[in-house]
Amino acid sequence: MTVAADAPPASPTRDDKRWRQVDVRVRRLGARPDALIEVLHTVQEVFGYLDDDALSYVSEALGAPPSRVLGVATFYSHFVRKPQGEHTCVVCLGTACYINGAAALLNRIHDTLGIDAGGTTPDGRISLLRARCLGACSMAPAVVIDDEVHGRISPDGVQEMLEAL
Amino acid sequence: MSEAGTPTPARRRRQEPLIPDGPVRASAHVCMAAGCLSMQADTVFDSLCERVTARGLTDVAVKRVGCLGLCAAGPLVAVPEKGRIYDHVAADDEAALDGVVDGLAGGEGGRPTATDPFFSHQVKVVLEHCGQIDPERVEDYVAVGGYEALTKAVTTMTPAEVLGEVTRSGIRGRGGAGYPTGLKWTTVAKTDSADGKYVVCNGDEGDPGAFMDRSVLESSPQQVLEGMAIAGYAVGANRGYVYVRAEYPLAVKRLTTAIRQAERAGLLGPRIADTSFSFDVEIRIGAGAFVCGEETALIASIEGGRGTPRPRPPYPAASGLWGKPTLINNVETLASIAAIISRGAEWYSAIGSGKSLGTKVFALAGSVVNTGLIEVPLGLTLREIVFDIGGGLPGGGKFKAVQTGGPSGGCMPESLLDMSVDYESLAQAGSIMGSGGMIVMDQGTCMVDVAKFFMDFCREESCGKCVPCRVGTTQMYRLLDRITRGLANRDELAELESLAGMVRDTSLCGLGQGSPNPVFSTLRYFRDEYMAHIDDHVCPAGVCKMEPREAAVATGEGGR
Repeated sequence: MTVAADAPPASPTRDDKRWRQVDVRVRRLGARPDALIEVLHTVQEVFGYLDDDALSYVSEALGAPPSRVLGVATFYSHFVRKPQGEHTCVVCLGTACYINGAAALLNRIHDTLGIDAGGTTPDGRISLLRARCLGACSMAPAVVIDDEVHGRISPDGVQEMLEAL
Repeated sequence: MSEAGTPTPARRRRQEPLIPDGPVRASAHVCMAAGCLSMQADTVFDSLCERVTARGLTDVAVKRVGCLGLCAAGPLVAVPEKGRIYDHVAADDEAALDGVVDGLAGGEGGRPTATDPFFSHQVKVVLEHCGQIDPERVEDYVAVGGYEALTKAVTTMTPAEVLGEVTRSGIRGRGGAGYPTGLKWTTVAKTDSADGKYVVCNGDEGDPGAFMDRSVLESSPQQVLEGMAIAGYAVGANRGYVYVRAEYPLAVKRLTTAIRQAERAGLLGPRIADTSFSFDVEIRIGAGAFVCGEETALIASIEGGRGTPRPRPPYPAASGLWGKPTLINNVETLASIAAIISRGAEWYSAIGSGKSLGTKVFALAGSVVNTGLIEVPLGLTLREIVFDIGGGLPGGGKFKAVQTGGPSGGCMPESLLDMSVDYESLAQAGSIMGSGGMIVMDQGTCMVDVAKFFMDFCREESCGKCVPCRVGTTQMYRLLDRITRGLANRDELAELESLAGMVRDTSLCGLGQGSPNPVFSTLRYFRDEYMAHIDDHVCPAGVCKMEPREAAVATGEGGR
């Protein structure tokens, strides 16, 4: 992939000023290994994802072995290891959404954008995620596009919205 | 695979609720739970405030409240003084908004809640304050009697008396397994610990189709905190943790506000009600792992590790968080405690039937008219819940099954509609109470596909620690996948059944042990659908796409 102007951001360096926010959080939690999940949440909020450098930074800051940090970062599905796209589309796959046609939504998105859940379009514009259950069961099937919930949506509807992004 | 949760509402300038200085003639309660909020309930709130002010209605209140229950018909606005609820009050629907204001000014309109079966069949204990109070104002909770139970417990009762009250109420754990709450509390209370005990509130509501705990945390967070503090007093703990899913940012936000406000008001923290009892609560946010709902996995996660379960005993009551005695209760269980202490065990145990006492909150979803949140006495029949309260299936759809208990539960057919909904009956029917998700399915649902859906869920959520679950769920999924593609033979069905039994009997924790339940229950009640896929090469519901069979596979017998 060639590096274009809208390519995903390069991984954060150690002198990136945003690390200060992480340091504040680490201090507040007492720099203990049991604060690992909380600190990883903060790093992901600040940088958007967790790369290897970020994990070693956290490992040193908390005095937790790198193996444990990597283990936790890869165990929980909320943590992502790659930069996400400019826009996100989340398809809920809870039971109510599933029986109301969530799979058809995923298929249509695959046909439209050529990506599966967990993937990002090659130009870094749209990431497709899925949720286990958003609790929006009364509006099934539901998708969340850039933080806005759309309920009772059809494959045509989701395609239209993605093409309009 | 990456997952994500509901978005955090965008920051905006916050309109203050309208609260008259003098007597209130009528008040508009605008639902601000996640469902209505995603339909711009905040704009509805702003517009109602504007309209009420413009009309000069100075004796009318407009406030934000938690879940009003009937999520299918949102955005919702209730006017409790008139016993009415206005549905579909869309932010851009001038007529609907004016209709509410007319109602506040004395006009008619809306649905009367006293005669509407959705509301009139419910008994609210856990949800008593949901939709009545502003979840972000501790004053509101105190005004409806909040923290009176905690004060009563710490000032007039001994810990043993609190334990006795909870035990006699007969309440059982609302997270799924139904272990008697009083017994659990007593065990933790009896365990000596020189350096502290913990109370943990399990808000890791992972079952797809279940959103009871989320609604309670979003609608009445103080009620859960009060329950935790009472539990702390009873068992001798001074510290509590609430573990909430990362997918529930709104619940996290409201809980954070609630803890801060309660501490500031002296309702939590040191020397509660001028006694020597102190209780602090912290929030821990999950990171997307279903298995963390299992208590030992949840403890591992609070300690900052991978959320993998460990064998029990020792139970957390003996050795839990950081090796200390730990009481772990579900959100709904803890939300019932204040009412039990205030009104007494006899009052609570008069609700419900047999060994299933009290009320249970269910999340109704799927092919049902009134999707939403309901609370009913245990012992109602499935038919009453699905047809009377739920309003039946939409568009004249024909009922096929109702699924309870999430990925560890089962599907109950039409012949069981008159079964009583209690712990024992559900277990006998091959399902579980679970956390309270209830998904109604119509004839257009393929039961083999449903079993495959849940197995896919368990396969992905298996933590990988024990072999039966890690390998077994993957193999069961593979077999179910072959059946839904029309590729399987009868031998493979037999293999699925024997594997399911093995996974149930040998897995380490409830996730693995419960994972074959959807297979067992669909085989028990809908075996003909499996056989249609295998013998006749058709999916009766028309959901599964049948593939041409491989030449080597003959129906009935032979290898693969």
